[in-house]
Amino acid sequence: MNKGLINPGELVDISVNLGGVKMKNPVAVASGTFGYGREYEDFINLSSIGAIIVKGTTLEVRNGNKPPRVAETPAGMLNAIGLENPGIDKFLTEYLPYLNQKGATVIANIAGNTIEEYAAIASRIESCQGIAAIEMNISCPNVKQGGLQFGTNPETVMRVVAAVKSETSLPVIPKLSPNVTDIVEIAKAAEAGGADALAMINTLLGMAVDIKKRQPVLGNIFGGLSGPAIKPVALRMIYQVYKEVKLPILGGGGIMNYQDALEFIMVGATAVSIGTGNFVNPHIAGDVAQGIQQYMEENHIKNINELVGIAVK
Amino acid sequence: MPSVGKGLVIGHHQVSDDMYEIEFILPAMSAECEPGQFVHIMPDMDNGPLLRRPLSLYDVDKKSGSITLLYKVVGQGTRLLTRVRNKDYVDVMGPLGRGFSLPGVAQNVLLIGGGVGIAPLIYLARALKELGCNIKVLYGTGTRSELVVFDKLRQIGVEIMPATMDGTVGYKGLVTDLLADKVNPSEIDFIYTCGPEPMMAGVAQFAKQNGIPGEASLEEHMACGVGACLGCARKLKAEDQHYIKVCKDGPVFSFAEIDF
Repeated sequence: MNKGLINPGELVDISVNLGGVKMKNPVAVASGTFGYGREYEDFINLSSIGAIIVKGTTLEVRNGNKPPRVAETPAGMLNAIGLENPGIDKFLTEYLPYLNQKGATVIANIAGNTIEEYAAIASRIESCQGIAAIEMNISCPNVKQGGLQFGTNPETVMRVVAAVKSETSLPVIPKLSPNVTDIVEIAKAAEAGGADALAMINTLLGMAVDIKKRQPVLGNIFGGLSGPAIKPVALRMIYQVYKEVKLPILGGGGIMNYQDALEFIMVGATAVSIGTGNFVNPHIAGDVAQGIQQYMEENHIKNINELVGIAVK
Repeated sequence: MPSVGKGLVIGHHQVSDDMYEIEFILPAMSAECEPGQFVHIMPDMDNGPLLRRPLSLYDVDKKSGSITLLYKVVGQGTRLLTRVRNKDYVDVMGPLGRGFSLPGVAQNVLLIGGGVGIAPLIYLARALKELGCNIKVLYGTGTRSELVVFDKLRQIGVEIMPATMDGTVGYKGLVTDLLADKVNPSEIDFIYTCGPEPMMAGVAQFAKQNGIPGEASLEEHMACGVGACLGCARKLKAEDQHYIKVCKDGPVFSFAEIDF
């Protein structure tokens, strides 16, 4: 370990470059857990967040799944929102300008039913200012078409990433599904398609049953499991991918405090994303960034990059 | 503006078999609270559960900076909340949501609560009283021991008409039957209701039949409480395509907006 010794009071550098996305700190908020930012503006300064990854957006408006859409589970929660969103055009004209005005670093999250749809959304975004990168949702477990089915087949992963890359000059970050046998194979396919970074992990497919009603809790039957329950799975997958793939990783899955975030960084994440944690503590992104900085000061670490992958053997 | 903070608990006691009243001091939040809004409370920061619990504002004292909640123990979260003691701090986020609309001039208002659904109607009654409204409260529960808010209502100064299923106090039967039997609709300008959905459906039907406007406060499982996660979705009318979010668009909706 290259310990760049620092003097007391000297500033540590917690800014990172995630495949071309310059982040002032390594803490992003995950898509689908932070709306379009405005929902949380009373609780946290939007421009202080490393990156805001906005709600997954499709070409057309989507109404989402029938309720119930969320259920609490041990150390986690299930959701089956079904990509409810106003469509890409409304996002670009009505939601994005506000975030830009607030000085937020915005990463768009896109989803489609077909490869052509992903490409079309990327092309719309390309014509706009104020977006730092495109995160590709190829792993949503809650929609019948698209989403998960793209993310579980290496060949389709490569093709859909390449299609988006060909339409945009922005960094492209596919979000990988953990619902696969071999995550490394999928990560390599994304790399082959031209991805600039990888986001890991999306939710784990799960369900819950209401024994009084004798039926599934969620209207959609299955939903995505998130929260601290999935943290060990996320850490393991990032560890595996970090060893085999050169791309920077945006790591997340159940981060509730800065110690959790450091675990992700130490298994290879360049930056982290906070999802479910936002629901518990609406200014968690700031708290985690501050905690990382304090950890670095206390441990005489000048640059956050010194910690990336440090626990990988 | 909503905020998140730690409230110093100054009172917490059991008021019936499964209901508790908790009061805490949080002046900045208290100053912002409007009737019908809710707070998102963390029952236990260290021992779970993961998510906050939405509880409606039962009473607010802006002078002392206190907020009081009335809650029923229904699961793990509320069960853990009962363990909070005086002088402990509770982690609270709020006030959240769209509350009741208040009349511009003094009116004859009818408040109809069922079970723990009476909670938001207490703070509402206090605000309506300050506006000079003439307030009648219909309050339905299963039995006498579940009628828990009489002292508050007497202190505020409202006319109370209780209904119990077993007839141990007041009218014997459903509060909606009491409504149909004993309330003269021509004497009512506006109705507010909160309670089980079948009860609110009956109240809304009565209001519509008699041309009385009104509002109902809905309940839904929530994750974020601020309209970000889109979890507490529901359709207000069967033919709607769009799902509203109870936390942000509500929890209060007018009878005109919703079909139960």
